[in-house]
Amino acid sequence: MGVAIEVKALNAWYGATHTLQDIELHIPANHATALIGPSGCGKSTFVRCLNRMHETNPIARVTGSVKIGDLDIYNDISPVEIRRRVGMVFQRPNPFPTMSIYDNVCSGLKLNGYRNRRELDEIVERSLRSAALWDEVRDDLKKKSGASLSGGQQQRMCIARALAVDPEVLLMDEPASALDPVSTSKIEDLIFQLKSQYTIVIVTHNMQQAARVAEKTGFFLNGRLVEFDSTHKIFTNPTDKRTEDYITGRFG
Amino acid sequence: MRVAAPVGDLSTQAADAPVSAVRRFLLARGSSRWADRVFSGLMLLCALAIFAIVALIAAELLSQSQPSWHAFGLSFFYHYNVDPVTHLPLFWDPVNGVFYALPFIYGTLVTSLVALCIAVPLAVGLAVFLTEMCPRWLRSPLSFFTELLAAIPSVVYGLWAIFVLIPLLRDNINPFFIAIFQQPTLVRLFAWTHLFGDDGLFGGVNLGLGLLGAGVILAIMILPIIAALTREVMSAVPNSQREAALALGATRWEMIRIAVLRNARIGIVGSVILGLGRALGETMAVAMVIGNSPEIHLSLLSMGHSMASVIANEFTEATSDMHRSALIEVGLALFLVTILVNACARLLVWAVTRGATARVQ
Ligand SMILES: Nc1ncnc2c1ncn2[C@@H]1O[C@H](COP(=O)(O)OP(=O)(O)O)[C@@H](O)[C@H]1O
Ligand SMILES: [Mg+2]
Repeated sequence: MGVAIEVKALNAWYGATHTLQDIELHIPANHATALIGPSGCGKSTFVRCLNRMHETNPIARVTGSVKIGDLDIYNDISPVEIRRRVGMVFQRPNPFPTMSIYDNVCSGLKLNGYRNRRELDEIVERSLRSAALWDEVRDDLKKKSGASLSGGQQQRMCIARALAVDPEVLLMDEPASALDPVSTSKIEDLIFQLKSQYTIVIVTHNMQQAARVAEKTGFFLNGRLVEFDSTHKIFTNPTDKRTEDYITGRFG
Repeated sequence: MRVAAPVGDLSTQAADAPVSAVRRFLLARGSSRWADRVFSGLMLLCALAIFAIVALIAAELLSQSQPSWHAFGLSFFYHYNVDPVTHLPLFWDPVNGVFYALPFIYGTLVTSLVALCIAVPLAVGLAVFLTEMCPRWLRSPLSFFTELLAAIPSVVYGLWAIFVLIPLLRDNINPFFIAIFQQPTLVRLFAWTHLFGDDGLFGGVNLGLGLLGAGVILAIMILPIIAALTREVMSAVPNSQREAALALGATRWEMIRIAVLRNARIGIVGSVILGLGRALGETMAVAMVIGNSPEIHLSLLSMGHSMASVIANEFTEATSDMHRSALIEVGLALFLVTILVNACARLLVWAVTRGATARVQ
C-alpha cells in the first residue's frame, strides 16, 4: 500500500544554480499526482529529490524536508533504504541489456538477496501482469534480453521491475514521452490501475495525460510550485494567472 | 496480521495494512550501511596501496643512487667527456668511471616516439576497421590475432627482429628511405631542416640494428594494446551518436570522424598513453636490436642504447659500486621520464577536453 508524501521548504541546487525554491506540497497516499510545467522548470529535479537520487550528482545539493509516510527521508533513513521503498521509472527506458527479461524484472529483489525461486517466479509473473506485459513476453522470459523488446515494452518492463519490489511510492518521470500512442495509452491504463495500491507521482508534458490519470496536479514554473490542486480545478478554473496561461497554451 | 514492525514502517495505516512478503523482506534487510563502508574502505585501501608502492619504489631508487648522485649531480643527465683519442663525446665508460646518462634517455625517447608514429595510425585504423566496417565473419579472427600479438613474450619479438626484421630493414626498407633522404635535390631543398643528407635522419652506415629497428619492434609490440583499447572505447560510443551523424547526411568517414573518433578521443589518448608506457619500459626486445652503444646520433640508422636495456645488460656485471649506483640512477631517470610523459599526456587530455563534456550518455 502507498503512503503520503509531505514536502516542506525543499530547495535544490546544481552547483550555484538554485533549481528548486521553497517547494511545499502534500502528495496524498494511493492516488496519482501529476506534475506539469515547461521544460527546465525543475520537475525532474523535484522527483529526484523524493528518492534522494538528486544527491547522486556530485554538484547537487538539497535542503528542506521530505517525509514519506512517517519518515523524514533526509534524516531518518539511508538513501539505499529509501530507494528500496520508492520505485522510479525514467524518461528513457533503461533495461539492463545483459540480463534476460526475467532477470531484469527481479533484479531489485535479487540484488537484495531474495533467493526463493518459486516466489521469484510468482513475483515476476505478477509484476509483468500488472505492467500489462505478461502476455507479450511469457514465452521468452529467460531467452530474450531486456534490450531486445520494443521501446514501449521496455518501458513497461521497467515499470514491472519497479513494481517487483512492491514499492510504497512510484515516481515516474515522463514515462511515456519516448513512446508511441498505443504504448502511451497502455501505460496510462496501467497508472490508472496501479494508483489504488501505490502512491504515484508522474511528471508529464502532456496535459491530457495529467487530466486522464491524476487526481491532483501541480504546476511548476522556474523552480517554484505555482499551484497545486485537484486536477479538475487546475484544468478548469486555476487560481493563478500563470497556470491558466500555461494550460491554455498562451505561454511564451 | 501485525508484523513485528521494523523501525520506521512507512505505512500510515500501520496497524491493519497488509504488508506483503516482499516488503517485509526488504524492510528487514537493514541499511547495509556498514557493508557500503567496508566496500569503500577496501577500495580506498587499493588506491592508497598504489601510492605506497610508488613511494616505496621512488624511495628505494633515491637511496640506492646516492653515490652516483653525489659524484655527478645534475650533470649526470646532460654532461659528457671527450674521448682523448677519437675526440668524440664519451658518455658512458664503466671501466674508466665515466657515467653520464643522456644517450639512454635519448634512445628511450626516440625509439618510443618512432614506435608511436608507426603504431598509433595503424592501431586507430585497425580499431576503426574492426568496429565500423569489418564484415562479421572477419571480426573475431582479426581481433583474435591482434590480441595474440600482445601475448607474445618480448624475447620472442627480439629473436624475430634479429632474424627477420633487421635483415628486412637493412636490405629492403632502409635503402628506400636512404634514397629519399639523400636525394641531392631534396637534400638541397630541405637543408634547413637538418634531417636530410649524410648527417640527417637516414645518414650513416646502414646496419639494420639501431634506433629505427628498435622503434619498429616496439611499434609492433604496442600496436595490439592501443588497438584493443581503442576498439573498446569506440564500440562504447552509442549507436544513437552514429545515427545522429548519418541522419545529417554524413558519409561513413565523416560519421566516424564526428561521431566515433570525437567521442572516443579521450579513451584513444588513454590507450596511447598505456602503449607509450609499455614502449618506454620495454627492455628485452630493445636490448636485442638497438645496438647497445651509448652514443647520440640524429640518424635513425645509428646504434643507440635505452634506459631499460642498459640496466638489463650491465647490472649483473656491474662490479664497482659507482657503476651499480649509476645504473640505479638510470632506473630513477626512467621512472621520472615515465611519470613526466604521463603527466604531459594527461595535460594534453585536459587541454583537449576542457570546456567540453567528456562523456556521451
Ligand atoms: N545534471 C545537471 N547539471 C546541471 N544543471 C542541471 C542538471 N540537470 C538539470 N539541470 C538544470 O536544472 C533545471 C531543472 O531541470 P529539470 O529538473 O531536468 O527540468 P524538467 O525536468 O522540468 O525539464 C534546468 O534549468 C537544468 O538546466
Ligand atoms: Mg525532465
